[in-house]
Amino acid sequence: MQELRELTVAQAAAKIAAGEVSRSEYFEAWRQAAAGDELNAYLCRSEQSDGDGDGPLGGIPVAVKDLFCTEGVETTAGSRILEGHRPLYSATAVRHLAEAGASLLGKTNMDEFAMGSSNENSAYGPVLNPWDRERVPGGSSGGSAAVVAGGLAPCAIGTDTGGSIRQPAALCGIVGMKPTYGAISRYGMIAFASSLDQCGPLTRDVTDAALLLAALEGRDPCDSTSVGIEGGIRAPQRADLKGLRFAVPAELAHDAIEAGVRANFEATLKRIEELGGEIAEAPLPHAEHGISAYYVIAPAEASANLARYDGVRYGMRSEAAGDLVEMYETTRAEGFGDEVKRRIMLGTYALSSGYYEAYYGQAQKVRTKIAADYAAAFAEFDFVVTPTSPSVAFGLGEKTDDPLAMYMNDFFTVPMPLAGIPAISIPSGLAEPDGGGPQLPVGFQIAAPAFAEQKMLDAAYALEQAIGFDARPEGVGGG
Amino acid sequence: MAGELSGILEHVDRIAKLDLDDVEPTTHVVDLENVLRPDEPRPSWPREAVLEQAPDPVEGAFRVPSPQAEA
Repeated sequence: MQELRELTVAQAAAKIAAGEVSRSEYFEAWRQAAAGDELNAYLCRSEQSDGDGDGPLGGIPVAVKDLFCTEGVETTAGSRILEGHRPLYSATAVRHLAEAGASLLGKTNMDEFAMGSSNENSAYGPVLNPWDRERVPGGSSGGSAAVVAGGLAPCAIGTDTGGSIRQPAALCGIVGMKPTYGAISRYGMIAFASSLDQCGPLTRDVTDAALLLAALEGRDPCDSTSVGIEGGIRAPQRADLKGLRFAVPAELAHDAIEAGVRANFEATLKRIEELGGEIAEAPLPHAEHGISAYYVIAPAEASANLARYDGVRYGMRSEAAGDLVEMYETTRAEGFGDEVKRRIMLGTYALSSGYYEAYYGQAQKVRTKIAADYAAAFAEFDFVVTPTSPSVAFGLGEKTDDPLAMYMNDFFTVPMPLAGIPAISIPSGLAEPDGGGPQLPVGFQIAAPAFAEQKMLDAAYALEQAIGFDARPEGVGGG
Repeated sequence: MAGELSGILEHVDRIAKLDLDDVEPTTHVVDLENVLRPDEPRPSWPREAVLEQAPDPVEGAFRVPSPQAEA
């Protein structure tokens, strides 16, 4: 059983297809592992495999963030307001995985409605980081990152609005990728900020990320913004980085980054040069305003999207008696957590008459400037690279009293969704936190022009092979 | 929470100082063209299945409290 869980998804799928590994035995190995979850990473788990199709993911169990609708399987988005909700249909992304032969292993815990960077905003309790259970796994796809890093699932999918795949992947020492906006259908993905939300894979390595992306991407008549990736995605292949130009934001020198993370970032840049890649600074002057723009645009869109939770058609309704308006109010007061309320208020304020131009209008213009900065960088460079997160995993409760400090975790990950471009985080080593303590994973982020996923995966693969990251949390996999 | 919201707005206010008068706002990052599709009827969800998810279904409808407070 242990050996089966050592295989990557690509290896396992090949063995299953060749008849060397039985599907039921493989599923059982993961079902048992998932049943032993001590990280509060799963909200529900499948008892048996629901996949029997042949395909590139034939026989592979996948953990799915609870933001994706799954037909007949409870889908809460980490919120009390959707407790007990069983959708009538599955999200297109989930359907695509099933069509590729995958089966649902379980639904993973997350920050409520994907609003958070630590997974502490879940109505069902925080997820623990498998590297140190007193630390956060990151968020909002914290459950999806923790199950892959913690040896409780071979792979997972999550969603990224401002970093929600890449940041938890970095803090848990795995690969996380946000594709170009429009690469994957958002149909059946519970909406947070519709112009930013995008589905993506969380995996042990870059090859597995490509395998999942190949199954997930595509145009969907149910999502008019989905276009797919022309030419599809194949297994990444590249031995060096010769001829590729990597931009480091010129402003990075002044950004607040932990010493260990910065040292690791610089070591990784050296590694890129050893592989033949060229590194130079490029100005991205508006990236520093990404947080401000993001925390206007995302709450504004969220305040509109979350208006649908009113206790009438699905989800919970407050037991408190009253008239219709009181029912709406008490349902939303009891059903939403603090961070969701905070963002609904911020969003409605930013959209209100008299403030609209100053906040929402201005944020949309900053968005234009951020996209233009990246376009200018990509005229000269193939990629823009940064640390994924300014710090390694921080302690549970450390930032819960300071929402702004929490938002700053997203400093390096919000510009890409604002610009609509893809980015991948790969584990680049371990580093000590600023306050001292055990070594924890660091993520290296590579951003690419829209729809340059294949080139980005190829480069990430070459770098991954050179880094050879093989550290694991204690008691996982081989332990 | 009022204090927290003020702190966030104070940070966000930094972008108010940027001179962006001539910049077009971005609402959407993907270039989309309007396309028309044939108007083909598709089955909708059965009413019973939809109502099964409702907190208070009654006689094929969603029941809500009266909009008027009881006297």
